[in-house]
Amino acid sequence: MPGSIENEDVPMEDVHSDDEVEPTIGEDGNWVSWKDRIRVLTGATETAASFQFEGEDHTLGNALRYIIMKNPDVEFCGYSIPHPSESKMNLRIQTYDGVSVYSVLEKGLNDLIDLCDVVTEKFTAARDAYGKQ
Amino acid sequence: MVKPTQKQLEERRKLGINQETVTHVTSTDFPGHWPGEDHSWDLDYFRNNLKVDFHSNDSRDASFSVIGLDASIANAFRRIMIAEIPTIAIDQVFMYHNTSIIQDEVLASRIGLIPFKGKKSGLQWMQWYKKSTEEDPSHSTPSDFNIIMLKLDIKCEWQEGGLQRAVAGETDPDKLYINHNVYAKHFTWEPVGAQEEMFGDEPIAPVHPDILIAKMRPGQRIYLKCHAIKGIGADHAKFSPVATASYRLMPTIDINSPIVGADAKKFMRCFPKGVIALQSVTAQDVREHPEELQGKEGEVKAVVDNPMKDTVSRECLRHEEFKDKVKLGRLRDHFIFRVESTGQWESDALFLESVRVLKTKAERVKRGLNAMMR
Repeated sequence: MPGSIENEDVPMEDVHSDDEVEPTIGEDGNWVSWKDRIRVLTGATETAASFQFEGEDHTLGNALRYIIMKNPDVEFCGYSIPHPSESKMNLRIQTYDGVSVYSVLEKGLNDLIDLCDVVTEKFTAARDAYGKQ
Repeated sequence: MVKPTQKQLEERRKLGINQETVTHVTSTDFPGHWPGEDHSWDLDYFRNNLKVDFHSNDSRDASFSVIGLDASIANAFRRIMIAEIPTIAIDQVFMYHNTSIIQDEVLASRIGLIPFKGKKSGLQWMQWYKKSTEEDPSHSTPSDFNIIMLKLDIKCEWQEGGLQRAVAGETDPDKLYINHNVYAKHFTWEPVGAQEEMFGDEPIAPVHPDILIAKMRPGQRIYLKCHAIKGIGADHAKFSPVATASYRLMPTIDINSPIVGADAKKFMRCFPKGVIALQSVTAQDVREHPEELQGKEGEVKAVVDNPMKDTVSRECLRHEEFKDKVKLGRLRDHFIFRVESTGQWESDALFLESVRVLKTKAERVKRGLNAMMR
């Protein structure tokens, strides 16, 4: 236990990072949330759904929209920030026949992660090459 | 599947800039936009197409081109650099004594803006300090892993014989007083618990030691203690690790029919220095443009030298003689980044960190999605 300024015991929730929290069920029972990070808005079908992300903004919204629109199974993808003073971001995905929006969203996230790896790899190589000049 | 030719792809990269309007602004590399073409996400194609060129790389100021990205991705990196990369800054100030003429609240807000640096691994070890809000009054317990303690205790006094010199007419404060200027370097760090060990050889210190905080006269004193915490620019601009992080698109200048003689010199003056160069007309040029260049071999003509220096002022479009001979534009996927760090991070490391943060965001959402699907 690290030393404390005010000589008090540190509560356990302060010691843990916020990443590993168990998922909870929403009050209206309509959606299940992971620490309120993501939920599906009502009216969703297998091929058309709106997701609401807690604590996300244009940064992830627009990047995710781009990468999902690159998927040929996607008929429509768009995002919006319903209100500027609420940190919520809505993402709408509609797919062509028989393709699940959930798998499309997951593929989008995976593609974005791969993209980041490639950018890091290329950037590091270019920087190191420039440093050697 | 139809494959677009290299020439088509080059043309599609360009957005047009006219005298009063812009054209072809949005990207079109999506499945279904161009009949018969693929354009679905292809990691290998992306890897082969992506190019990074460094123009300068100092620790406080880096400039580099990233070619082959979409604006939505490049903008995500820029936004993250400004608002989501953590640094430490003073968040709470406890005033014990302030008889200087600068008011407590003004002094406190100035102090908050001073950038502090320390060992990178130590800052990574630091955890977030949760502040209380109106809706949620709970907050973290201050401890060595979430609070950095700093002290400022400084008193202004007369120098030896200063009073006599003042009576004699001396007005230069440097010759009269001690500690009449309070600088960022006067802050002392008070390590708590494991901090000494975690920061070790790179203690917490202001990035710039000579930031002027207040001015005092003999008899005045400032004594305060501060809590610095780790935070992000989205919460308060004082946590932002950059002075600016910005990008612009690479300008293009296409001269469609030759500009020669006095016109060429005038054309060159429409642009910043170094954008347009003058060359003499060769026999080859005359063969290519017989109508315009007949008998003009050896005269000067305008050629594009370095379009990156262009500010896209559109001055050349205001002149009748150039209007139809030149086409201005920008490359939609060529981002010239400029990152100016405030000193806690190396500028190039900031970009890499922004890529890492975007990846972490995607991973976090993915975990949330998986949990929701269970």
